[in-house]
Amino acid sequence: MRYLPLTPENRREMLKKAGVSSVEEFYDDIPVAARLADPVDLPFARSEWAVERAIAALAAENLPANAARAFFLGGGAYRHHVPASVDHIIQRSEFLTSYTPYQPEIAQGTLQSLFEFQSQIAILTGMEVANSSMYDGASASAEAALMAARVTKRRKIILSGGLHPHYAETIATVAGAASLVIERLPAAINAEAATLGALDDDTACIVVQSPNFFGALTDISAIADAAHAQGALLVFVFTELISLGLLKPPGEMGADIVVGEGQSLGNGLNFGGPYVGLFAAREKFLRQMPGRLAGETVDLEGRRGFVLTLSAREQHIRRERATSNICTNSGLCALALTAHLTLLGGAGLHALARLNHEAAILLADALVQIPGITLETPNFFNELTVRLPRPAAPVVDRLAREGILAGLPASRLMPDAGLDDLLILAATELNQPDDYPRLAAALSAALVD
Amino acid sequence: MADNASASSSSGTPSGLRAGLGQTVSGSDGLLQHENLIFEIGTPTKTGVDLPMPAGMPQRLGGLGRSQPPQLPGLSEPEAMRHYVRLSQRNYAIDLGMFPLGSCTMKHNPRLNEKLARLPGFADLHPLAPASATQGALRLMGMLSDWLLALTGMAAVSLVPKAGAHGELCGMLAIKAALAARGESHRKKVLTPGSAHGTNPATAAQIGFSVVEIGTGADGRVDLADLGSKLGPDIAGIMLTNPNTAGLFERDVIEIAARIHNSGGYFYCDGANFNAIMGKARPGDLGVDAMHINLHKTFSTPHGGGGPGAGPVVFSPDLAPFAPVPYLDRDEFGYYRLVEEAEGEAMPLGRLAAFHGQMGMFVRALSYMMSHGADGLRQAAEDAVLNANYVLARLKTEMSPAFPGHCMHEALFSDAFLKDTGIETLDIAKALIDEGFHPMTVYFPLNVHGAMLIEPTETESKADLDRFCDALLAIAARAKAGDPALKAAPFRAPARRLDETRAAREPRLRWRPQGS
Repeated sequence: MRYLPLTPENRREMLKKAGVSSVEEFYDDIPVAARLADPVDLPFARSEWAVERAIAALAAENLPANAARAFFLGGGAYRHHVPASVDHIIQRSEFLTSYTPYQPEIAQGTLQSLFEFQSQIAILTGMEVANSSMYDGASASAEAALMAARVTKRRKIILSGGLHPHYAETIATVAGAASLVIERLPAAINAEAATLGALDDDTACIVVQSPNFFGALTDISAIADAAHAQGALLVFVFTELISLGLLKPPGEMGADIVVGEGQSLGNGLNFGGPYVGLFAAREKFLRQMPGRLAGETVDLEGRRGFVLTLSAREQHIRRERATSNICTNSGLCALALTAHLTLLGGAGLHALARLNHEAAILLADALVQIPGITLETPNFFNELTVRLPRPAAPVVDRLAREGILAGLPASRLMPDAGLDDLLILAATELNQPDDYPRLAAALSAALVD
Repeated sequence: MADNASASSSSGTPSGLRAGLGQTVSGSDGLLQHENLIFEIGTPTKTGVDLPMPAGMPQRLGGLGRSQPPQLPGLSEPEAMRHYVRLSQRNYAIDLGMFPLGSCTMKHNPRLNEKLARLPGFADLHPLAPASATQGALRLMGMLSDWLLALTGMAAVSLVPKAGAHGELCGMLAIKAALAARGESHRKKVLTPGSAHGTNPATAAQIGFSVVEIGTGADGRVDLADLGSKLGPDIAGIMLTNPNTAGLFERDVIEIAARIHNSGGYFYCDGANFNAIMGKARPGDLGVDAMHINLHKTFSTPHGGGGPGAGPVVFSPDLAPFAPVPYLDRDEFGYYRLVEEAEGEAMPLGRLAAFHGQMGMFVRALSYMMSHGADGLRQAAEDAVLNANYVLARLKTEMSPAFPGHCMHEALFSDAFLKDTGIETLDIAKALIDEGFHPMTVYFPLNVHGAMLIEPTETESKADLDRFCDALLAIAARAKAGDPALKAAPFRAPARRLDETRAAREPRLRWRPQGS
């Protein structure tokens, strides 16, 4: 087996040193009835090319974004260009095959890059501190709800109807299991301000999203002010990180905790994972934050260095009193994100965000030409919602058969919300000028049949 | 540089210099290049990505545009490459040498798996693409599920969890849901041994269980008498790692499972150490109700400096109906779909993340499994156990094994051999760095004083094991001789010991512009 260095002679010699005659003796403690005499019933070892052939055949059965005749899917995962250098950086052995920097003297590369990552996320969100990443945007949102409950010592979590349904369901599952009370408002395109109707003196936080699941933008300042007046926190969620390159930072609008998905920078679509959850907060809540934090310090010789710090919050120290059970995060995805963001720089990110917005404007303009289609989100970043004159799901299925991935029917993630006619579409810098007329022609044809 | 308060004390100060050699003007140490923060070398207007010029269309942002571009530093591509490659050279890695972190299973990461995960059919596939456009991906998830079920002998699997602790959350939520379905939500107590990973008690507590510690016997395994005394009508279940964190197989596991079941509770197995027994025994035959599998440990997906991982959970028939959404369904024609809401008999515990799991890790793990095959996986487990026992045999007379007898895939030592030397476990770890090795796990498990937990994995050659043992034996001899230099190790690493107290007392968690 190509990954196993021991030779039969090594094994004999080592068994002798260990004082046994057979490796089976090491397994003496396994109850005899449960010991497998033979390998399990699965195929035996294969050559590298045989495995490659088998798995590549599976890959070939799928329709990747760049092979679609036109592609407008978003809904929490976005197709963007990732510079070739980013993939090279994350494939450096020293990053790829290292682990959590428990020994900082030999993990300064990981630690400094995490410190830079935390700094970038804090600056971009307009917040004071950020952690070194979570699993994904949805699980980070659930952690934010738990944190808000710890900070306020209250139990009610209000979820906007504009929140990505997977995020809302994740919060309901995880925070619900922690005995918090979840009030999830009905799905609606402009739903953020409606959260105020549920605000009361047991509210730990209001969770809003902008751009929200439908692509609508909201100035959350008034919601944040009202939440604060009631002693509640404002949790701000985003699913499209690049929007922060063009939009007012949530920290400037009064958010207390900002969480979201970082896939858009440095990370591919990957059929949904691995992605990278982002988590930023006001510094006064630092001791209640979940997740790992890299911090600056000095070494014995007074030179700047970095360590994991404030670990008294974490499960390996605090055990059942930890702020979260999280251990592994999304280190390599965070590295991809920080490297991509370093390549872009502030001006580059701003320009990239403008290109995305302009792509969505071209998309909106092409769609509203089609009789019977109305634009439901007059303001948007790179994702928007249109109403079709009939249920969107069959239309999307038909276009998919023509190689066009036309977007996300709202009913796909919210089958019972009565939003069957809504179609959510995203455009990015990777859309080409002829994608818009191609989509419009196919949609028009599907709608007249 | 000038605009960074923190750098004023440190930039220009040499880093990475071997002790005693003095300073270089550049701050570099030969091949080990000095490297500042991106905030000290980049500017917001510089970029390493060429973008088309925006057309300048009127924006439709509803007045929510930011007043200025974000003040983030940019670098050209050559500068960025140097930045990250220089940083990378300050990291230890499996590809550089032995990384025997106990309980972490730092085995070789095959590059075929990286190549396959990057095929556009997986890497450029949108999670919400119609099922007709994703059949190959779904089939791969189905194949991975089949392999995991065959290896564990369990009834069902959820591929959703994104790491081990996330898997624990998934499994314990399933137990909570199963208790609720039985009308027995009053069962709140979860038993864990003191040797458990911190994630076990943290997970149980996070979802409203109370944690009750059970004792460990002199043989390093669960104290059955203590377990018996804590069972009762308020027991929700047990969280037990097997092989346990002392590297020992819980030989009474079937008895433990029976007792838990008889008292109405469930058996959650922390599968972090599955590498020792894959292909040798199946958790389904041991009475396990739920177990997570760390694909990033047992099945070699890269640890990536701390993730991403993947922690699929396998379930017994009793818990299978409570698995989270989404889960995979295959019809009679072999057509796959993801089930996103409760159907039929299922009573899903809810949703734990967006979309449907760590596809990139699934590709890598399946590639690893297919490469090894049933025979190779069994051989890998045996070699992992042999390697650990060889290390134990070579070290046991000079160090202090925590418990008598053979071990499974990792060897645990206490600091008893350091008694009265003034040298501590941490010093041994740091001295290993100077010898070119990543230290073992230290101070875990908590129930062994000054614990040193060594997990070589099966991908170490005998020659590398011998070099490691030679180095550790020499360090142990120096410790017993009271060599004070050990207290200051490492000397030859990119950084010397770091002041962790200062980092925690005056947290500096981000770069700030000077004056702020």
